[in-house]
Formats: sequence, C-alpha cells, structure tokens
Amino acid sequence: MSIWQYANPVKFLALSSRVQPYLWAAAVICVTTGLLWGFFGTPDDARQGSTVKIIYLHVPAALMAINAWFMMLIASLIWLVRRHHVSALAAKAAAPVGIVMTLIALVTGAIWGQPMWGTWWAWDPRLTSFLILFLFYLGYIALWEAIEDPDTAADLTSVLCLVGSVFAILSRYAVQFWNQGLHQGTSVPVATGGRTVADVFFYPLLVSMVGFGLLFLALVIYRTGTEIRLRRAAAMRARTGRGA
Amino acid sequence: MIALLIRDLRLAFRAGGGFGLGLAFFLIVTVLVPFSVGPQADLLSSIAPGVLWLGALLACLLSLDRLLALDYEDGTLDLLVTAPLPLEAALSIKALAHWLTTGLPLVIAAPVLGVLLNLPANGFGWVVVSLALGTPALSVIGTFGAALTVGIKRGGLLMSLLVLPLYVPTLIFGAEAARRGAAGLDGTTPLLMLAGITFGTIALMPFASAAVLRMGLR
Repeated sequence: MSIWQYANPVKFLALSSRVQPYLWAAAVICVTTGLLWGFFGTPDDARQGSTVKIIYLHVPAALMAINAWFMMLIASLIWLVRRHHVSALAAKAAAPVGIVMTLIALVTGAIWGQPMWGTWWAWDPRLTSFLILFLFYLGYIALWEAIEDPDTAADLTSVLCLVGSVFAILSRYAVQFWNQGLHQGTSVPVATGGRTVADVFFYPLLVSMVGFGLLFLALVIYRTGTEIRLRRAAAMRARTGRGA
Repeated sequence: MIALLIRDLRLAFRAGGGFGLGLAFFLIVTVLVPFSVGPQADLLSSIAPGVLWLGALLACLLSLDRLLALDYEDGTLDLLVTAPLPLEAALSIKALAHWLTTGLPLVIAAPVLGVLLNLPANGFGWVVVSLALGTPALSVIGTFGAALTVGIKRGGLLMSLLVLPLYVPTLIFGAEAARRGAAGLDGTTPLLMLAGITFGTIALMPFASAAVLRMGLR
C-alpha cells in the first residue's frame, strides 16, 4: 500500500468518487460559514469600515492562487519523473482553477484598493507579482490547448511549469527591488506564528481559508476525473475508428 | 559547432534572412515614441532608457520566430537532433547566432537612437552596458520559447505569451540599471543582478531548451 497506487486511473477514480461528496460538503460548509460569518457576524473595522470584509475573499483566493501553482509544480515533477498520467492531468486540471483564484485576488484587491488607497491599481510588488503569475497561468493553459498529442503536451507544459517557477520567483524578487510597496505585510505570517489580524476577524478568515483549500481540492479532483474520462472516451473513439 | 555558427550567420545575412528586421523594428519603435508621447525634452530624457530597453526586448521577440521555425520546416532541426553534436551545444550556438544578428546590432544602435530620445549624457554608457549584458539573456530565454513552440502551427502569438513573462526579471534589472545610470545614480546593483541572470540563463537554459525540443520532435 503506497500513495502511488492512486496513479492508477481506475483506483484514482474509485477513491475520488468515494471522497468527493464529503469533500464538496466540507468545502461548501466551510466557505459559506466563513463568508457569512465574516460578512455578517463581525463588526466593521475602526478605520476601514465595512471594506475590511473583502479580506474573507481576497486572502484565501490569493493563498490558493499561489498554492495551486505549487501543486502544479509538484504534479509536473511527478509526471516528468514517474510518468503517471493522473499526475499530468491533475496539473492540467488545476491551472484553470488557479487562474480564477488569481483573478479573484486581483479583482477584490482592486475593489478594496479604490476606497482605501484611492486607486484601483498600483505597481506595487505584490500586485505586480500576481499580474505576472496571471500571465504564467495564461501561457501554461494556452500551451496545453495548443498541442494535440497529449503526452507531448504534458511533457512541454511540465517543463514550462518548472522553468516558469524559477522565473516567477526571480520576478518576485525583481519587482520588490524595483518598487517599494503600498501593500501591507502578510496578515497571517506562518513562519513567525504571530499575526496582525484581531481574533474577531481572524477566525472567520481561517474558516474561509480552509474552505477555499477544500474547494480547490474538490474542484481539482473533480476536474481530474473529467480529464481521465475524456481521455478514455478519446481512446474508445480511436479504437472503434470513428474519429474525434 | 563553428560550422553551425557560420551557417546560421550566413543564412541571416543573406537576403530574406531577417537580419535587420529587429534593427528596423527597434528604429521604428524609438522614432514613433516621441510622436505618441509628445516632444518635451525632459519627458523624453526621463523615459529614454526604458523605451530603449523595451524596444530592444520587442525587437528580440520579433526575430525569435525565425530562430528554429525555418530549420524545423526544412528538416535541419531533425538533423541537428540526431547529429553527434549535443543538442544543448547546438542550441547554445543558435542562441549565440541570434544574439550576434539581433542583440549586438541593437546594442550598437542604442546610443544613436538615444540621441533622438534626448538621453542624458551620462546615460549612454549605462544603456550600452546594460543592453550588452542583458540581450544575451533575451536570446537564450527566447531559444527556450522557440523550442517550446516549434511544432505548433502559427505558434508566434503563443510564443510571445510564453516568453514575455520570462523576460520580466531581465527587463526590470536591465531597465533599472539604465534608468539609474541616466539619472546620475549608481546602477551597479541592478547591473550585477542583470549579469547574474544572464550568466545563469546562459548556463542553464540550453538544457531546458534541448529537453523541450527533444520532447516536441519525438
């Protein structure tokens, strides 16, 4: 028994169809609780008023936007090293979810920035890094779509993901060097354990972050299952000779 | 290796080889900028380093299309893949040829165009040095983009989409060095970072390019 047995599509599908209902239920409960609690159950901030409440969408989305790329990076590495098709398809399935999360983070940030900073957009390091991340996602998805042979596509996108990660990190430091920021520091520093958000805002935020994580997981598993079935359908069509 | 370099250079210089395409594009961009932003001398001199860098980057991008696509079409690329010469070396040579035919002319042309943009006197050296250090990275990264999209029909737009985000760090450090130099500040730090990126990409990117080319041609 090892985790690699789930590289077998049949086993993966069996497991995923068993855990999916629970995963979806947990994700929906966490996201709705987090958002409703955040929007209606917390007081307005002394200085920011009710605009502070966008944090329950913005921070979890930003968190998942970055983690989705990490997940794609790991899945790409597994594909390159061990050639498990499920892994390549999981990376493919995660990209559109990641780009949507990036967009949510950018848009909610702009909506919050307009009343608070007085501008929709500033060339701040964090904002710029996210815009660059968005471009990376766009290129990754476009490359998947452009190549017909699925294995070649998986190979090329995996290498792009690896090289892109290196350049994304480089860009992150480059933009920090290039412009000092307007964006506040991180609200929930994991490394130091301290945090700058008061408890009353923090707990709904935590629930919302967990909810977004579960939602991401559920979406990726669901989409990976869809990709596997699509692949099977294509194989079946090829066998019966009816063409695509 | 030298034969390959000479062949690439000769092909580029012959008619229809695309030598001068990047240069002409660079010229046109820099000439059009004053028309679009207005002829105020102080405005032009403050944006001149950035415009020169952006023009050079776009000119590089424009000529990447031809880097591997022509060789792919006439089958030279298949020969290179099966040749005893390591593909990594062949791609490094092709990147070098691309730099000699595109990057180097841009570096030489930049001061001339700097005059048109009212570049401050102490900025010339910085612009030339930063371009000379940065354009090899553009060629090497561009080779990766070209290798990634070589089998795709009409891959030009896709290649731009893939390569542009990869160009961001190079552009930031290069333009920053040029801008600081033109403003009379010390641009050594961004220049050193730029050199780091360039040498790092020269050392590592050919391996990635060769890997994706082998995958794409399989």
